[in-house]
Amino acid sequence: MLSIIPLSLAALVLVAYFGGKNRAVAVVAGRRSTLHSRPLYHGTYVAVWVGIPALLLSLVWLFLQGPVIDILLVRSLPSDLRDGLDGSQLQLLLSEIRSLAKGSVFGNPTAEVIAAAERYKAWQVLAGWALVVSSLAISIAALVITRNHIAKRFYARHRVEQVLDWLMIACSTLAILTTLGIVVSLSIESLRFFDLVSPGEFLFGLNWEPQIPIRKGQVTAGGAFGAIPVYLGTLLIALIAMLVAIPVGLLSAIYLAEYSSKRARAILKPLLEILAGIPTVVYGFFAVLVVAPALRNFGQIVGMDIAPNSALAAGGVMGIMLIPFISSFSDDAISAVPRSLREGAYGLGATKGETIVDILLPAALPGIMGGVLLAVSRAIGETMIVVMAAGIIASLTLNPLEPVTTVTVQIVTLLIGDSEFDNPKTLAAFALGLVLFLATLALNVLALRFTRKYREQYD
Amino acid sequence: MTGDNIEPIDEIQTDGFAFPAELPIKIKSRNVDVSYGDKQALFGVDLDIPANHVVALIGPSGCGKSTYLRCLNRMNDVIDIARVSGNIELDGVNIYDDTIDVVELRARIGMVFQKPNPFPKSIFDNVAYGPRIHGIANDKAELEEIVVTSLQKAGLFDEVKDRLGDSGISLSGGQQQRLCIARAIATRPEVILMDEPASALDPIATAVIEELIDELRQNFTIVIVTHSMQQAARVSQYTAFFHLGYLVEFGDTEAIFTNPTDKRTQDYITGRFG
Repeated sequence: MLSIIPLSLAALVLVAYFGGKNRAVAVVAGRRSTLHSRPLYHGTYVAVWVGIPALLLSLVWLFLQGPVIDILLVRSLPSDLRDGLDGSQLQLLLSEIRSLAKGSVFGNPTAEVIAAAERYKAWQVLAGWALVVSSLAISIAALVITRNHIAKRFYARHRVEQVLDWLMIACSTLAILTTLGIVVSLSIESLRFFDLVSPGEFLFGLNWEPQIPIRKGQVTAGGAFGAIPVYLGTLLIALIAMLVAIPVGLLSAIYLAEYSSKRARAILKPLLEILAGIPTVVYGFFAVLVVAPALRNFGQIVGMDIAPNSALAAGGVMGIMLIPFISSFSDDAISAVPRSLREGAYGLGATKGETIVDILLPAALPGIMGGVLLAVSRAIGETMIVVMAAGIIASLTLNPLEPVTTVTVQIVTLLIGDSEFDNPKTLAAFALGLVLFLATLALNVLALRFTRKYREQYD
Repeated sequence: MTGDNIEPIDEIQTDGFAFPAELPIKIKSRNVDVSYGDKQALFGVDLDIPANHVVALIGPSGCGKSTYLRCLNRMNDVIDIARVSGNIELDGVNIYDDTIDVVELRARIGMVFQKPNPFPKSIFDNVAYGPRIHGIANDKAELEEIVVTSLQKAGLFDEVKDRLGDSGISLSGGQQQRLCIARAIATRPEVILMDEPASALDPIATAVIEELIDELRQNFTIVIVTHSMQQAARVSQYTAFFHLGYLVEFGDTEAIFTNPTDKRTQDYITGRFG
């Protein structure tokens, strides 16, 4: 029944658009050039007013309908049935009524409950029809009113542009609100965590053993939640990744931008960018099944003990994943250096190498830095490769041959299995998430600053 | 570019024009053809550039004057599709010979471009760049000396002496162009090529540059491409008129502007086309 609304609204909007357009032409007796706004804008103006208010009404209505009916339902229940019930018991009763109304019967409902379910059904149907009627009424009223606005000197274009402004603001606000919502929910859970574990211990403690809470009935937090080893592991793996990605990415960018022939570039650049399209879980396989055993075998040959889940394997594979990031950013930045600077250097008798090192790279540096910072933020936030290839035990080490763990790995392991939200083990995941979020946010802002600065240089 | 089948050049003559016999010739070019891909931009240009003079190349847009200029320091090598053939000699040595090192050649033939293109470095480093990469200065003091004299010769030193550490990009357009001239001078070239050096500048900055070109003639051989016939008349001793890829007429600047022999030259300088 409710599906009538979108269908009839769509039909009304079409009618409004074409009606408005034709009306605009009719008002000036076909002399279109005498209209202030083109007929298109008149049509859009009417259509917007027919469509949007009714749509908003429907959305608000659908949000409020459930709670309002619930309240009415509770009021209508016989007092002996609802008296003495606390919040959750009342919810239980309401959901019993609701499921009964849907047709699924559990046990033997009392007569009052059956009657309530009947009422619930009836109200829902009533509310539905009321919504259909009122939204259609609004639409039709809007159609009649706005259609009369159409006139030779009516500024329909201004009205439509205003609506477009609002639409764009609404869309960008949606994205911002989502981010805010994530921050707020992360912060709330983190605050609950910091009730149990002091921020000082979390931020600076050297011991991370969340899996073995030593709770024996006492209220103090169990386990150890000093996250330094986790940060250190994350940074170690990110560092290894960048040590692979920056030189390889930068040199391939220089080759692509300055040395390769057009044909080589046309083939190599897309090939390189395929790396960015490989799912990270596939990189994870690669790290676990190919790179780690190879490293281990190599270690045995030269007499070194390399762990099967060493930081080197995870970081190295992550570095390969990040090569296209760095190379495509650097390639863009180098190619954007004006030709005149290149010729200036050549004109002084600089070699190609001197031109690249002395002129192009410094000029492109902000752009390259932007790419590097984005890659670092990816490396820190990357989850799948490290979940598959890195360790779980947090050890305080900088040795790349030993297993380390990362923030993302810990979040995943903390949230898998039985999760109780009064438990520091679970809540720690949110605190880690908050730290991760703040770190990557800072890096992204920094990267944005860099790229902006480098654009200003040549525009 | 062909290094073989080239005959030595001995006659001092360009399309019927004869220089005074005692005038040393810096650059001789014979039968220079240039094409970009399928399109030929220059047809059999024979032109001599006398030492320590200013030679102006004029002509309407697309006539090949800039293309010719870029042949002289092999800047066309940078463009993938450009093909140059013919013979260009600098002090009697063919610059398109296989044994010629382009880097060395460009150190001897400096270039100033149409749009000022200072490097995104400090004023000092802009001028010091050429001497540094060619190892011209033996120590820091000598490098500073080169930078200061180059800036002085370019008439920029007094304006920037207190802020040599500022970015070259922070200067005004006219100052940037003089910085580029100082940068070219600092490498101690023998020839300076100028590709419409004043076209992006206002009249006052242009006048400064023109005065500068006249002074630079004492030490350098200068070839200048210009769109402005007044500028050619003011700064040059010899003028070459290009049209549709051909060198139409060459001679004393005064003669070209007062008594051109070719009808196309006459039409151009009287403003009938171009």
